[in-house]
Order: sequence, then structure tokens, then C-alpha cells
Amino acid sequence: MTVVTTVGVLALQGGVREHRLLLEHLGATTVPIRSERDLRGADGPRVDSLVLPGGESSTIDRLLRLYDLAEPLRETIAAGVPTLGTCAGLVLLADEVLDPAPGQQSLGLLDVSVRRNALGRQVDSAEVDLDTALGTVRVAFIRAPVVVRVGGGVEVLARRDESVVGVRAGAITGVSFHPELTGDETFHRALLQSSPAAISR
Amino acid sequence: MNSMQTVTGSPLVKRGLADMLKGGVIMDVVTPDQARIAEDAGAVAVMALERVPADIRAQGGVARMSDPDLVEAIVEAVSIPVMAKVRIGHTVEAQVLQHLEVDYIDESEVLSPADYAHHIDKHAFTVPFVCGATNLGEALRRIAEGAAMIRSKGEAGTGDVSEATKHIRTIRREIAELKALAETAPEELYLAAKNLQAPIDLVREVASSGRLPVVLFTAGGVATPADAALMMQLGADGVFVGSGIFKSGNPAARAAAIVKATAFFDDAAVVTEASRGLGEAMVGINVADLPAPHRLAERGW
Repeated sequence: MTVVTTVGVLALQGGVREHRLLLEHLGATTVPIRSERDLRGADGPRVDSLVLPGGESSTIDRLLRLYDLAEPLRETIAAGVPTLGTCAGLVLLADEVLDPAPGQQSLGLLDVSVRRNALGRQVDSAEVDLDTALGTVRVAFIRAPVVVRVGGGVEVLARRDESVVGVRAGAITGVSFHPELTGDETFHRALLQSSPAAISR
Repeated sequence: MNSMQTVTGSPLVKRGLADMLKGGVIMDVVTPDQARIAEDAGAVAVMALERVPADIRAQGGVARMSDPDLVEAIVEAVSIPVMAKVRIGHTVEAQVLQHLEVDYIDESEVLSPADYAHHIDKHAFTVPFVCGATNLGEALRRIAEGAAMIRSKGEAGTGDVSEATKHIRTIRREIAELKALAETAPEELYLAAKNLQAPIDLVREVASSGRLPVVLFTAGGVATPADAALMMQLGADGVFVGSGIFKSGNPAARAAAIVKATAFFDDAAVVTEASRGLGEAMVGINVADLPAPHRLAERGW
């Protein structure tokens, strides 16, 4: 029997398509998450793992709360569904957001403080070869945030120069960069390997 | 764990920011206060300019790049990306905006063109460009020049969405025709490239992928949440709203409503709720009533 991992990709705004293409290329099934119904049913989560994509973090935060998806998403991730957040996704996962848009909130699932746009404006956005705990990756930083405080129990996965740009705590991984834009499979493979469907195989 | 080879301003990095704007609304603003209202409403970016298209249209005269003081004040006011407009072909205005570190430059037909033959060589810049297009050939010529994002043109400053509808439909139809041609008679793609007046490599790429190689937003005449949702249903990746927000009765409420309707464009319940009680929409001008020299969408070559 072949077990196919189903990955939910938060699909309110941003770089949704690129994550779905990369995950499907790796053999996963993907579903866009736009409501609580997409995320979970009476019998629990409808996905094996989750991706919170890049985009405008303040817009995604606003839409999450407007459409009552923030709390179900927080509960699902807190219950242990493996989750990868990239760029705005990292901002959403953080306990604390520095330089927020007025009123901006986060899900508070990762014991880190993240500063938005800390690596500069678009002229500073770059493609980079980066050494990480998962190996060397080719990724893009787009008006990228950085982790400025790493809490206890949070593992640093990557630094760019002195800045922390990748972290992991339990089943949650957050990175400042975009592996989905360059098509680097490293972090997505790791997500699929940690997903329950893969583990039960 | 240090970075090795680092490249800024590559096509991937330029197109990458546009990818992160998908599903969002980019709003025209003329003051820092308006920029904050847009950010509060959930805009993914703002377009900094001195006059919205409706005023450019009403006041006439030559419309140019905004004063650097204004652009800087808006950059300072918000945490979301800031775009700004330059005249078609005005390389130096673009150099100024790059120096100011705006996040995207719009080489825009809404301003008075500086060059009636050439557009800017956009490959020469680190900052990415968005350009307007009324059809696939125009879009591909702009991409060949280095545009990292396309917006289908509407008739800016009118509140009449009919031109925006026409142009996004045209682009979508021409892409579908190329795709069909690639399947039935690929040897005819050369003639298609000739007719589109676009490079064969880009024509082949569109024919095989069935989409533009860059993000496609739509613009011009969007005034209501339903207008924005219509553009999304017609296949736009996102929406620019110009005069439609700050020329209306309640800009903050209308801006937030357009953001909701754009994100949930396929959910009639959301669009209905978003459409309620917004006060007066901008007073419109029917495009058919505009004399031809005042039609902005026809600028660009």
C-alpha cells in the first residue's frame, strides 16, 4: 500500500503555488487551507503536515483573524502537526514580532522573537548559498525577517552572517528564506519525512 | 554557517517579491496617512504617488514621478512594500526611485510618457519593475525588457472596470490560444511570435506552461469589492486599486472590504458582506465618454 502524505498549505495570500508545486513534485498531495473546514474535521486534522508560506505577514495575520482561522490553526499546530513556515510563515509562528504593522499579531507557537524586514528592503533581497543543519541549500531572501531572540528548547538551524535565519522546536520549523522560489527540496523533504503518513509507512 | 555566493537583483529575486504579493491588493496613496490606512486595511503594498489617476485626469498637464520627499515619507510611514511610478522610458526617474530604495518601480502609462518609442531597459536595475499591458504581446515585450511583474491595464481614474475586464480577458485568451497551438501545430509558434511582436523564447515558454512567466495583477477602474473579486475570478493574481479607495466616501472601510473580497473572491457570502454599507463609491466616468487622446491604456508600445 502506498501512503501519500497530505500537506495543507495556508492559502490566504502569498507564495502558495510555489510550495504546492514543490511538494507535489516530491510526491505529496497538497490542499489549500482557507477555512477551519479545510484544516480539521470532527475526527481531527485533515492534513499530515502544514506549510505557512511567505507573503505579507500583516495581511495574512489580518485575514486569519477575520475569518476565524487563527485559533484552529494554532490548535492544530500546537497538537503536533509538523509545520514549516517560510518568511511570513516564520513571523506568524513566532511568540513575538518586532517592527509589526499596527495591531499585527502572531500565533505564538515558537519561542522566538522575529524582526520583520530585518535584512533590508527589496534592493537587499538576494539568492544565497546557505549552510544549514540540514545541509547546504540555495534559497532566496526577500525583504526577509530574522530571529533576534532564540528561546530555550529552540534549535538554530541556520545563520546568515551573524543573523539566525532558521529555527526548529519539536515539529515546528521556521525559516526566514524561500526554498520554494529556488526549488531547493531540502526543507520540504524533511517536512514530508516527519509527517505521520511517512512515519507509519 | 556563513553565506557563500550571494546574488541581488536576479530575475528570481525580482519575480520573487511579486510572488509574495499574490492574492493581495496594492493601493494608490498620496500621503503617509493614506499609506497607514492602506496598511491597516491589509494592503500587501502601497503605490506612492502625488496625484491619484482621477486627479491627474481632472487636472491635466504633464504627470511625473513624485517628489522624493513624498516617496521617502511614505516609505518611512509603513512596514509593507512601497512602489512608485516613473514615466514610460524615463530611465533617470527610475534611477532616482532605486536610490530611494522603493521596493518596486511601476513604469506607468498613468504618467505622461517620456519616450514614445522605447521603454526603460529594466535589466539594468536591481529594483524590480511592474509594467502595464493590454495584450499578451505587450506583456511579453515588457518581460523581455526585464519587467518582473505585469499588470493588465484598465482605464485608470475612471471607476469604470470595463477596460480592465477586456485586457485581462484578452491576455488570458491569447495564452490559451498559444497553448493550444503548441499542442496542435508547434511549428506555427514562429508565426505567432511574429504576430505578437514578442521573442520566440518567451512565446514558447508561455505556450508550454500556459501562463505568463511572471505574476499578473490587474489594474484600472476597480472601485468596489465585487470589481476586485471579478478580476480575481478572471484569473488575476491580485489587484491594484488606484482612485477607487481614497476617492470614495469611507476609504478605510472600502480598503478593508476590497482586501477581503480579493482574498475570498470565490465566496459570494464574503463578497456580499464586504459590499455592505461602504458609503459612496468614487464618482465614475464611462470610458466611452473619454475622447481618445485621454485614454491612458493606449499609451505603451
